[in-house]
Amino acid sequence: MDIELILTSFPKLLSATLVTLKLLSASLFFGLLIGLLFAILRLNKNKLVSSFAYGYSYVFRGTPLLVQIFIIYFGLGQIEYLRTTFLWVILKEPYWCAIIAFSLNTGAYTSEILRSAFETIKPGIIEAGRSLGLNKIFIFTKIQIPIAVKQSLPAYGNEIILMLKGTSLASTVTLMDITGVAKFIISTTFRPIEVFIVAGSIYLFITFLVHNLIKYLEKKYRYQ
Amino acid sequence: MELISFGDKGWGDELFVATLMTIAVAITAMLIGFLFALIFTPLKLSKYKILNLIANFYTTVVRGVPELLVIYLFFFGGSGAIMYVAQIFGYYDYIEINAFLTGAISIGIISGAYSTEVFRGAIQSIDKGQFEACHVLGLKKYIYFFKVIMPQMLRLAIPNLSNVWQITLKDTSLISVTGLVEIMRQSYIAAGSTRDPLFFYLFAALLYLMLTYLSMKFINRLEKNYSRGY
Repeated sequence: MDIELILTSFPKLLSATLVTLKLLSASLFFGLLIGLLFAILRLNKNKLVSSFAYGYSYVFRGTPLLVQIFIIYFGLGQIEYLRTTFLWVILKEPYWCAIIAFSLNTGAYTSEILRSAFETIKPGIIEAGRSLGLNKIFIFTKIQIPIAVKQSLPAYGNEIILMLKGTSLASTVTLMDITGVAKFIISTTFRPIEVFIVAGSIYLFITFLVHNLIKYLEKKYRYQ
Repeated sequence: MELISFGDKGWGDELFVATLMTIAVAITAMLIGFLFALIFTPLKLSKYKILNLIANFYTTVVRGVPELLVIYLFFFGGSGAIMYVAQIFGYYDYIEINAFLTGAISIGIISGAYSTEVFRGAIQSIDKGQFEACHVLGLKKYIYFFKVIMPQMLRLAIPNLSNVWQITLKDTSLISVTGLVEIMRQSYIAAGSTRDPLFFYLFAALLYLMLTYLSMKFINRLEKNYSRGY
């Protein structure tokens, strides 16, 4: 065991943690919006709309995240037309490609979580709102969403942790996140165990924080 | 279409072999995972705190650390560790373990952590009376586990194991970083030499979709078989 390597690699990996956290928070933010949108589409009475939403989540949950990143990073750049549009400013950056892939991926999982949460809301609650003369938007934002959020907290906590692990794939498109830096140190020093211990501990620490945050929120918003 | 034709011109046969490789790695990894689950599930359910601690350490660490990091650990550390052991026995040459084994073991360890949790949950949700009845009837430990607990456990575990299978199947794509020629690696090679990454990665996605779809069909049938009595 090389203690010195552990001590010298720790600050390097810690600064890479910032990249990981940035990727994570951006993808979770966009993923939540996408997830909410597709959950609503999924519950639409129109068969065409709901099956489109189902198809989206099926494709993104049925293929590896690595393929999705590669399609967006290596694949989309190939389309000549895209290179002429303003989208190219975003798509030539690996950072944004990673965020797009992660958001679409976590969005698919989030839409499933939210859909099942919406479906467990008892119809009586919505009917009560309607009979009180509340309009549709009010019922949705003030009754359905708060209940669904409460319902989906545990599953969403898992999704955050899965996404945290997913951000490690950013290292395959040249981004220097925790895993990227860890791989760089390993391949220059050939001491995988020491680096794994440091990088793994950082990931576990973040997982631990997320786990406790979700636990705290669950307690706070529990039904009285 | 010419790109995926079989023969010298297209990449069809290469991709077909790569798909078989993905399936082989995924099945091997899943089996290695079961082996790990077989060791760690009893530890999780043991009454000794220290054994619980060991099993919890395994499942928490493996499920909390990115798969890619675990693969790098085995890819860079695997042959080193084996050479270290070999040196104790007086063997000083360079040993290289092949990419298939490195990949299957590292993915297997990950899948084992998930399987352990699934088996633990399934056994814990079996009615306590079943255990007591076996005890009262004086069944041998072997019969008691394989004839009474196992069938009930499998019925409860299959839906969750199908999730583990999907995760394992998708995780095999990460082994491509070690150079094993499975779907992802083959697509990478094909994309590089034809300069058509969009087509080949989309095709890879299609192959994975096909695999997940077919395995879902298969698992559904299995599930029906194991819940005959319900």
